Formats: sequence, structure tokens, C-alpha cells
Amino acid sequence: MSVLESKIPEGPIEKKWTKHKNEINLVNPANKRNIDIIVVGTGLAGGSAAATLAELGYNVKTFCFQDSPRRAHSIAAQGGINASKNYQGDGDSDYRLFYDTVKGGDYRSREANVYRLAEVSSNIIDQCVAQGVPFAREYGGLLDNRSFGGVLVSRTFYAKGQTGQQLLLGAYSAMNRQINRGKIQSFNRHEMMDLVLVDGKARGIIARNLVTGEIERHSAHAVVLASGGYGNVFYLSTNAMGSNVMAAWRAHRKGAFFANPCFTQIHPTCIPVSGDLQSKLTLMSESLRNDGRIWVPKHEKDAKAIREGKLKPTEIAEEDRDYYLERRYPAFGNLVPRDVASRAAKERCDAGYGVNKTGQAVYLDFKAAIERYGKEKAFTSGHKNPSKEEIIKLGEEVVESKYGNLFEMYEKITDQNPYKTPMMIFPAVHYTMGGLWVDYNLMTTIPGCYAAGEANFSDHGANRLGASALMQGLADGYFVLPYTIGDYLAEDIRTGAISTETEEFEAAEKDVKDRIQRLFDAKGKNPVDYYHKKLGKIMWDKCGMSRNAKELQEAMEEIKELRDDFWANVRVTGKAETKNAELEKAGRVADFLELGELFAKDALERNESCGGHFREEYQTEDGEALRDDENFRFVSAWEYVGNPRDAKLHKEQLEFENIELKTRSYK
Amino acid sequence: MKLKLKIWRQEDAQAKGGFQNYDVDGIDGDMSFLEMLDVLNNNLVNEGIEPIEFDHDCREGICGSCSLQINGEPHGPDRRITTCQLHMRKFKDGDEIVIEPFRAKAFPVVKDLVIDRSAFDRIQHAGGYISVNTSGNTQDANSIPIEKQNADDSFYAATCIGCGACVAACKNASAMLFTSAKVSQFALLPQGEVEAHERVISMVNQMDKEGFGNCTNTGACYVECPKGISLENIARLNREYLSASVFS
Amino acid sequence: MAGISKTSIARKVAMALSGLFLVLFLAQHFTINFTSVVSPSTFNEISHFMGTNFVVQAILQPILIAGVVFHFVMGFILDIRNRKARGVGYAKFNGAANSPWVSRNMILTGIVVLAFLGLHFYDFWIPELVHKYVETHPDDPYRYYDETVAKFAGDPFRTGFYALCFIFLMLHLLHGFASSFQTMGVNNKYSGAIKTFTKAFAIVIPMGFVFIAIFHYFNNL
Repeated sequence: MSVLESKIPEGPIEKKWTKHKNEINLVNPANKRNIDIIVVGTGLAGGSAAATLAELGYNVKTFCFQDSPRRAHSIAAQGGINASKNYQGDGDSDYRLFYDTVKGGDYRSREANVYRLAEVSSNIIDQCVAQGVPFAREYGGLLDNRSFGGVLVSRTFYAKGQTGQQLLLGAYSAMNRQINRGKIQSFNRHEMMDLVLVDGKARGIIARNLVTGEIERHSAHAVVLASGGYGNVFYLSTNAMGSNVMAAWRAHRKGAFFANPCFTQIHPTCIPVSGDLQSKLTLMSESLRNDGRIWVPKHEKDAKAIREGKLKPTEIAEEDRDYYLERRYPAFGNLVPRDVASRAAKERCDAGYGVNKTGQAVYLDFKAAIERYGKEKAFTSGHKNPSKEEIIKLGEEVVESKYGNLFEMYEKITDQNPYKTPMMIFPAVHYTMGGLWVDYNLMTTIPGCYAAGEANFSDHGANRLGASALMQGLADGYFVLPYTIGDYLAEDIRTGAISTETEEFEAAEKDVKDRIQRLFDAKGKNPVDYYHKKLGKIMWDKCGMSRNAKELQEAMEEIKELRDDFWANVRVTGKAETKNAELEKAGRVADFLELGELFAKDALERNESCGGHFREEYQTEDGEALRDDENFRFVSAWEYVGNPRDAKLHKEQLEFENIELKTRSYK
Repeated sequence: MKLKLKIWRQEDAQAKGGFQNYDVDGIDGDMSFLEMLDVLNNNLVNEGIEPIEFDHDCREGICGSCSLQINGEPHGPDRRITTCQLHMRKFKDGDEIVIEPFRAKAFPVVKDLVIDRSAFDRIQHAGGYISVNTSGNTQDANSIPIEKQNADDSFYAATCIGCGACVAACKNASAMLFTSAKVSQFALLPQGEVEAHERVISMVNQMDKEGFGNCTNTGACYVECPKGISLENIARLNREYLSASVFS
Repeated sequence: MAGISKTSIARKVAMALSGLFLVLFLAQHFTINFTSVVSPSTFNEISHFMGTNFVVQAILQPILIAGVVFHFVMGFILDIRNRKARGVGYAKFNGAANSPWVSRNMILTGIVVLAFLGLHFYDFWIPELVHKYVETHPDDPYRYYDETVAKFAGDPFRTGFYALCFIFLMLHLLHGFASSFQTMGVNNKYSGAIKTFTKAFAIVIPMGFVFIAIFHYFNNL
């Protein structure tokens, strides 16, 4: 028997959540007033959880490293949020959303969790509209939808290219209401440095006030980690500069198992890297694939000429272009899931067909869409014989109304006009499906420590579908955690306030201070970024879009060496007692240097290809991922025992009772 | 390209700050302004000097963390962008660039170029919400159709990223554009109408309490706003406030 | 309602309302003055009416004075508060990049207009008071035209200074008139038309006053 108890309720899948809600313990309102909860991270999951828990009557303390909860990186999500509302009447249902998500995740997620996610998805939209989130609407005043990769229905609700922003501001407004009532105390510019366990239960955190440098103790009856993903282990990613794994990793070191760390999503449509000093990659919304066609030159000589600047993409004739996604996947075409699209781009670039100076880019072309929309528009406005110029002008207007802000953003960054010349895109690290292992109640293997949103592993398996991250974050925060946490806290109604004047807090605080001192003591020669960039390069080259055993082993060695070098030679300037961005970065990179090794180990142990995890040794003849359901139909949950390479593997077998395991095909 | 930088340095909130001159070389036009500062900071660390602190996070113009008054303008000379989206191709070799924190009494300096914008948060705490429970027992999302124009206007108001450029650009350090965007977002929707009067009064009171200046309709805020939040919102705020004062 | 007079928006609205009131007065003043160019007798007639009518003298005039005093006192108060709101000043502030000069310098143009008012009072209003209440001359309905013209005739400096002050008034109005509508919450499909009208008014009326002054100067060379 495994130590992992997923606590999935009995019964048919569509009844599980209702049944569970009916059976779990509740805390009466008078007692909630005596219970404190810490929420780390204030993105969609943390913000919505904090607001709802405070509304229920708990005393909530939120922590975020940003200067305001509203700046959490959920704000950058562009495309949309899925919900099985079936407003379009195109046959959508909870089951279909559930099915698409499990299939999209390449059958490496937990059925019961995903079904619950689909089940509450509709409610999220109702909730957000009631809060005043201004979703896009049709002229009739009803909500509009669009379609996203990997599915055959239109179920994505959106607010132009700023859906994440609008949803986060919605969650933040709910938080504001509770802050105004005094039910939430928000600690901004605070970073969680460690988790404090008392009698094996999570009872508080040690946080650093990033302005004064003060190390603070905060106690609570339960701790919710909603601190996001760890994509920044790759240095260059679409994550915010501050996004980090510290909270999750500190919990991991204290006993929370880390699940599937190697499951990383590489998003196919990002703006390609332009130089060595680049700090961050920018995503272009997946919604662009609704209308953009992806191609590279059919002939290697053309690709070469483009790289050398001798040829322009617009000069390549239609028959000399290779629309490789449409060629390889006729059923889904440009709308295949992200992992498939990313890998296909890499395959073409590796084969020598890449464009851009670096050869690391493919085209995303709107010419066909502009012409199609232009003709339509001309026709509907009674223009029967439009000239080519008129068509293009009208078409560009339509495209502008749909994607104007994205096109503008692209032009600002690259100085190229995407209406006139195709965009260049390349895959980039975007999201991490892996995270802290949680049971059905979202509790980690540490009692009283919960993980929500991207920080946990639960719903997306080996690959996340577009517009599902926002859905999961809000589902966890608004609708799941507030119920399940009560089940645990019902035991705590007589505990009373948790004191911070205990040995455990004392020891944790000392650890944190010692660690900070060690960083200063290194007094070496290299800035923090030097290590972060090196780590990123190892990760991208050896643990990136395609992986093999040899390189993964090398990666583990190299990361370990780099880590040792870091602790010996890192140079952290300034003092611990003031605001110190270098110190903040150093602490985060130190944790990435441990996580990276576990990441490589996890990828090495998983001898199959699934979703975002592609092992070169395991592929079909035509280069598609080859899953091994017999031997790897499990969640890898790693227990910390010291060195990351020694982590102990626990397996949670995945049972598929409602969906037949199939080879994922988008052909 | 090679640049001369004149940057405000200040140890902490209490310290008296001043300008320092720095030279930076090897800057490429495709780099963002913040990447240029990264290069400078990297040089400083290598020399054992504490790097310059500045707020930044998403580096794609949406989180609203980055600020900086660059050559006398918030977010620099380009329009409809934040500092993280400002590219060095807007500058020439040999240029001198003056970099200061956003200045307002309500935005005290924390360190170097980092400022404390929690005044904005407190304005939002005062009423930036609709009092609806998050428990999920709400009516179907499509049960209230909303006129597309209003939904769109509400969305445009809601795209405010709270960066503070409006305050920084305004000669009076007024927060009217920010507050008006927050008020408008809800005032334009039927869901927000119920509490409209109470909301506008509490938010304006809080805005005044924070010590921001008065609006004198110079329009600088709109010009410098990375998201182009419209001045119509300020007129709406005035209107909402007047009607709330008279009728409640 | 209580306490609204203390908020920033209420102060702004009061500023806008008093400004609009002064704009109305300006239009009326201009109309009367303009008759001096066309018909001295009409000018004398209206001036006499304005100078002797009980309602104008005992009710409207104090309201006007209160309006003027309020507008400039409030203007100073707001400006001081607004300067304080900045705290530490910028080393470099490129206001020209994002806003018109007139909108940023209302206090400057306002002070010039105020200085003009001082001169104006010294020229006309104080002599008028002295004439009427100190020296108590008998009522003379025909003196106004000659007195007015006498101020400009043969005095290029005074005429020039008048013209200059009215240019500042124009600058003040170019921003202030349109701005008062925005402050009152008017920003809709009519805003374009309002802007055009206020701009035209801001130019035509002050330039009209300048014209009158110059007309009398040259007419009496």
C-alpha cells in the first residue's frame, strides 16, 4: 500500500463531488472566527481562496512578494477561460470538457479531480459575471465564446487578450471587500521563506518583509500554498521575473511530496529570442492560431536565404511553403494542442527549415485570414466586386478588431508589422503541470498544508489545454478549497490561537537567517543571474522539448556542480536588513538549483513520452509521442530525503474508469 | 550603443537621495529598457556596488509593477507602453537619460527607484468591488444581458494596470484617472449600480485622504497611460460623484 | 450632502461653476463694450443703466465680486495643494510632451488676469466709486463713453498692456472654459462641439476686447 492516499470519494464520477460535499465536516460560523488561515500567493487561486475563506468567516492572512496582490502573474494570462456552459449549442457538456482535459493531458491526470473541475466550470463564469468581470459580449448582450487548441467546441470565455487580468481583478475585488471588512490582512512585499510544522501539522510560515528585511513569524491553523509554477527554472520563460518555486520547495523540504516535476508546458506561440541579454519571453495568445497559419519554407535553400536576410517571407510562393501542422494533423490543423505544436516547430527547425537569424523560429501568417475576412466583409457590406487592395484593407480591419492589441505588442517588441509580413514565433516555457502532490481535498502530504492552482499537480496531467489554467485556479480557490479545508479544520475548533513563541518557530526562523547568512558569506565572484542563466541553459538544452537518458544524466551532474559552485562563489551585494533584490533572487535561484536536479531525475525515470514530456527513445515511427500505459500510468510523487537526486519515488496509480485509454491523435 | 545615465539613488525611505551618473555600453536596440538596466546592474554587482533597485515583474506590460520617470515622462518617450516594453531603439548612441522614481507625496520612495503605491490599493479597498458572495450561488451568467457598448467601455476602464503613470505625469499628482477607471468599471454594469453611490463617495474620500492632488484636466494622464484609459472616465467620476452627493 | 465641500471633486466643481459664471459676465461685458465702437450713445445708455440700476448695483455686483474673489482665492488654494501633492519635485519634467502649455499654467495666466483686474479697478471701478460716492457728482448719463475712450487715447503703453492681458485671458479661457465642462461631468457625443465653441469663445471675446482698445487708441490719434 502506498503512502499516497488520494481520498477520491466512492460512487459514480458525476456524483463524487456532491456526495463528498455532503459528507465532509463543517465548521460552524462562530468557530470560524477563531481559526486563522495563511494563503501564500494572491493570483487566481490564492486570491479567490483568500476572499472566499474570509467571507466564510475565517481570519485570513495573504502573502505576496509583489507590491500589490493584483500584480500576481495570473494577470498576464491572455486567451481565456474554459467552461462547459454550452452557450453556443455545439454539443458541449461537463463530460466533454472532462474528456478533452484528460485526453489533452495525455491520460496522466486524476479523473475525479478533472471531472470536478469540469463540473464547477460553469459556476465560475456565473460568479465572475456577478462580480462585474467584463467578459466579451455579442451585440445581443450575451456572452461571447471562442475556440482554443485541442478541442472541437467553442467554450472559451474571454475579455480581449486580457482575460487573466480581468479575472484576477475580479478576485482582487472580492479580496478588497474582505480587506475592507478586516477579514483579510494582506502582507504585500513579503516572501515566504519556510513552512513551520508543529506536531507534524502545518502551523505557520516564516516570511521576510522585503522592504525592511525583517524575518517575521506568522502562525495559522492551516497554510494554503498558491504560489504558482516553477517555469523560471529555465531562466527564459513567459513567467514573471519574480515567479519562483520557493514556497513550494520549502514545503517539499518539510515533507510535501513533489509530483511530476518534469511535466512542463512549452507554449508554441512566443516571440523568438532576440539576443543573449534577453531577460524574458513574451507569449502571443494561442487564440492567434484560430486565424494564423503556421509554416516554414518547403525548401532548405529558401530557409537559408531567409536566415541570411537575402529573401523575405512574402516573396516565397504559396507552393513553396510547408504548412506542416495542416500537413501532419489534417483534423486539428493549426489548432493541435500546445505540446504537439511546439514539438512540430522544433522538429522543423532542427531539420534546418527554421527562419529568423538564429534559425529558431517559424512563421505565423495572417495573410489568408485577412483575405478571407476582407472578402466576407466586402460581400456583407454590399461590395460585390472589390479590388485586391480593398479586400486587404477590410480584412486588416477585421483582424485588427480581433487581435489588435496582440499585433501592436508584437510590433512594439520586434519592430515588424505583422499585418504586412508574417509573425515569427517559437516555443517557450510557459506553464508547469507538475507541482506539489495533493489529494482530492487539495491537501499535500503535510497535514494542514494545501496547494492550489499551478502550484499543485492535479488537473492537467502531462499537458494543459489552453484556457484551462484560469479555470483550475479559480475552481480551486472559489469552489473546492473552501469546502475541503473545513473538513480538516473541524478538528481544530478547540485548538485556540497558535503561538509563534515555540521551539518550532524559533528553529525555522534560525534556519532562514542562517541560510541568508550563507548567501552573503559566499562572497564569491559571480552575480546571481550568472547562475540562473547557466541553469536555464542546461534545462533548455537537456530537459526541454525533447529529452534523452544520456543528456538527462548529464543535466543532473551539471546542475549539482552548478549548485555547489553557487554556494561557494555567488556574490550577493547589499545588506539583509533593507530591500535587496539580489538577495531575493539568490534565495529563489538556490531553490531552482535543487528543483532542476529533481526535474531531470523525474524525466529520466519516466521511460515513456507523454504530453509535454517527450523522450527521444520513446516515439512512433512518424515521430509522435509513445506512451506506456502499462508501466507508467502513475503520478510520480517525490519525497525529499536530502539531495534531490536521492529523492524517494512514490507512485499513485491512475485509474481510468470513465475514459478509455487511447493513443492521443489529432490527425 | 553607449549611454550616459543619471539615476536617482536613495538608501531607504528616510534617507536623502541624490543622482548618480553611470555609463553603460554595448546596448542593442532590440533590448528593452529594463534589460538595459539589467546590464548596468550586472556591471555594478561585478564591481561590488549595490545594484539599482527598481520594480518590475511580468515584463510584458500587464502587471503594472514597473514605473520610472524617464527623461521627464512616465514610462519614457514611447506611447501606450510600460517601461518594460520600451525598447532601446527609441534612443540614440551617446544619449543622456535621466531616470527618476514616480514622484508623488502619496507614493513615497522605498529605495532607489522603487516606490510605495499602496495608496492605490487602499482606494480599491474602500469600494472597488461588488458585494456579492463568492460561494457560487449566483444566477446564470447570461440572465442579465449587457449592452455591448457598456460591456466594452467597462472592460476598457478595467484594463487599468495600476502602475501610477497618471499620477506621475500629472502636474498635480492627481489620481483621478486611476480612481475614475475603477469607479467606471463598475458604474457601467448593472451589477455595480446597486452600490454605485456608496462606492464613488468612499473611493473619492479615500483618494483625498491619501494626499493626491486635484484634477485640472490637463490630460497628461491619458497621454502617458500605457493602456490609454479615456478621460471620459474622469467626467463619469465627476458625474457619479455629484449625483451621489446630491441624491444620497 | 454634508462634507462634500471638503472633497477635491467638490472644490473643482465650485471652481468650474465660478469660472462659468465669470465667462457669462465676460460675454455681457464684451457686448456692452462693443457698442462703444458702433454707437457711443447706446454705450452711454447701457452704461448708465448698469451704473445706476439698483438690482445691478446692490445685488449683481456683489455676487460678481464674490465670484471673482472666490475664483481666484480657490485657484490659489488648489494650486498650493496641488504643488504639495508632488512632494519631492522632478529633476526633469517634460510636461510639453503630454499636455498643452495653457492647461499646465492656469495659475500663471490667472495671475496676469488678476493683475489686469487690479489695473482695471484702478482705471475704472475706483474712479467710478469716487465719482459716485466720494465726490458725489450729479448724475451724468453721457460721461461714460468719453471716460472710456480717454483711457486709451494717447496712451500706447496702457493700450498695449491691455492687449497683452487679454492675450493671457485668452490662454486662460482656452483651457478653462472647456475644462469646466469636463469637471461638470460632461463628456459625451456633444463634447466635440462644446470644445469648438469654447475654443472659439476663448479667442473671439478677448480678441474683441483687444480690438476695442486698439480701435479707441487709433481712433483718437
